[in-house]
Amino acid sequence: MNAVAELPPKSFAVKPKLDESGTPIGELLEVSMGPHHPSTHGVFRMDVSLDGETVVKLKPVFGYLHRNHEKIGENISYLASMPYTDRLDYFCSMTNNWAYALTIEKLAGLAVPERAEYIRVIMAELTRLQNHTCLIGFFVQDMGALGTPMMYAFREREKILDLFESVSGARMMCNYMRFGGVRVDVNDEWLAQTKKVVGDYGNFLDEFEAFLTQNEILLARTQFVGVLPRDLAVSASVTGPMLRASGVNYDLRKVDKYGIYSRFDFQVPVGEHGDVYDRYMMRVLEMRESIKILQQALRDIPAGPVMDPKAKLRGFRPKPGEAYGRVEAPKGELGFYIISDGSPNPYRYRVRPPSFVNLTILEDMCLGHRIADAVVILGSVDIVLGEVDR
Amino acid sequence: MLGEQIIKGMAVTARNFFGSYVSKNRLTTVQYPEERLVPKANTRQFPMLVFDGDAEKGLRCVACTICEKECPPKCIYIVKSKDKKPDYKGQPQLYPAVFDIDVSVCMSCQICVEVCPFESIKMNTEFELATDDRFEGLLLHKNELAKSNEYYHKLHPDDAKESDAVLTAEKSRAEAKAKTAAEAKAKAAATAPAAK
Repeated sequence: MNAVAELPPKSFAVKPKLDESGTPIGELLEVSMGPHHPSTHGVFRMDVSLDGETVVKLKPVFGYLHRNHEKIGENISYLASMPYTDRLDYFCSMTNNWAYALTIEKLAGLAVPERAEYIRVIMAELTRLQNHTCLIGFFVQDMGALGTPMMYAFREREKILDLFESVSGARMMCNYMRFGGVRVDVNDEWLAQTKKVVGDYGNFLDEFEAFLTQNEILLARTQFVGVLPRDLAVSASVTGPMLRASGVNYDLRKVDKYGIYSRFDFQVPVGEHGDVYDRYMMRVLEMRESIKILQQALRDIPAGPVMDPKAKLRGFRPKPGEAYGRVEAPKGELGFYIISDGSPNPYRYRVRPPSFVNLTILEDMCLGHRIADAVVILGSVDIVLGEVDR
Repeated sequence: MLGEQIIKGMAVTARNFFGSYVSKNRLTTVQYPEERLVPKANTRQFPMLVFDGDAEKGLRCVACTICEKECPPKCIYIVKSKDKKPDYKGQPQLYPAVFDIDVSVCMSCQICVEVCPFESIKMNTEFELATDDRFEGLLLHKNELAKSNEYYHKLHPDDAKESDAVLTAEKSRAEAKAKTAAEAKAKAAATAPAAK
């Protein structure tokens, strides 16, 4: 991040022209961006008030993809909610599965075998790699790099999706984890293939970074754009790479040490400016750390069973109680809050989606910037509407 | 120098463009439908019903309706039969008079396969199911869902071997149980007159 430090820290935010009483001169133009605008990453709408090209007011409107996930979860069995969690954040089905399984394991007191814990870490970190790669692809596409970087990102993602498909049966809707373990074991051939993909990933990142990190256009479009101050990020309970880009060292893998993350040697990258460029850089650096975790996990994975023998599929009824389980999903803290009343269905089923909470801060980041920057800022938040609307 | 990084970026693009003519790693797409990728080992699309031998008589399904209850989007519809027929163990069992799966609703989650205690419902890998019939075309009936065990062996050889082993073990256990029961009966029959 040398390029950031060399530039003087100045704000590109533009104040609207005001008369003596403090009201803007001339009329404001209201633009409804979305819900089918290509830059809104799904069906998301921004009601923007513009003074010239400067954003003076922004209201995020969502709910177009609402499909009653939480209410459905209260009316079907615990196991039947698992495939629905795939469809929350459809880029990261493995981490969604993990968060839900973790909650139910807390609720029912199931222990996860050693090998299954390693498989879960491998799957979660592969998910992080492919999510961040794709995010960067989308995000530079929002800036006008039409197609090319995104195609490279999708080419690499395809290799990881192939790994997912050969073990779980589906590329995106994996439905792989179960309460007390994982559904099927991985074989040695799969592990060897994963080692190869992970080994090559560093080279791809080098190439991707040669393409983007020092690129003048990317620097001009992202540095000091959409600055999220540290205090605001904390008080708005923003999590994930966005929070860390604002300079807060908070990663659930280090804080909670869920699963077996305490065993791995990795660092948490922290930004200093909280602008869009820092958020881009956070993702690149996190991918490099993910590769380190993957290499350690693939080296140490033990043999053994992958399911807790106490876990059962049919007639699963946890004892009455409540549990909140959370994981560090690629987008931030993903939590599930479940209350059980001893029946086959949860009494209350609540999801704490990271991209929904991260989106609440959008107006504060966009005010005073050009409308073209609002698109870039939205891209750097990393939203998936399946999770925002649920 | 201004523009240096843009030239570097162009070099990456050029390397990928010309590399796609020589390297499989840089050109990963194939010309579907003329070329096809080999399906992955565990790949899954929509459920099917496995039978041994005859498609009607050998159907493993006993219409227990566990899959119907567990199915998250409720795409399975089963009507139990009135009469019974012998299953692979020779015991009289119900069979599904109607077994429909609406694959336009099915989300390929494989939960029906996991909860099935009779190794009956399995995942097919067929995916080219597009049809111009809006109403009945994607509602698969029992005769369309029924697939032979040999077909299942071709799709998922390892899983098929495992499920065959489970069935054989159950069958031998049932036979052993029947044998001991018959022996006990014979013994009881032999001792009964003596007691008289």
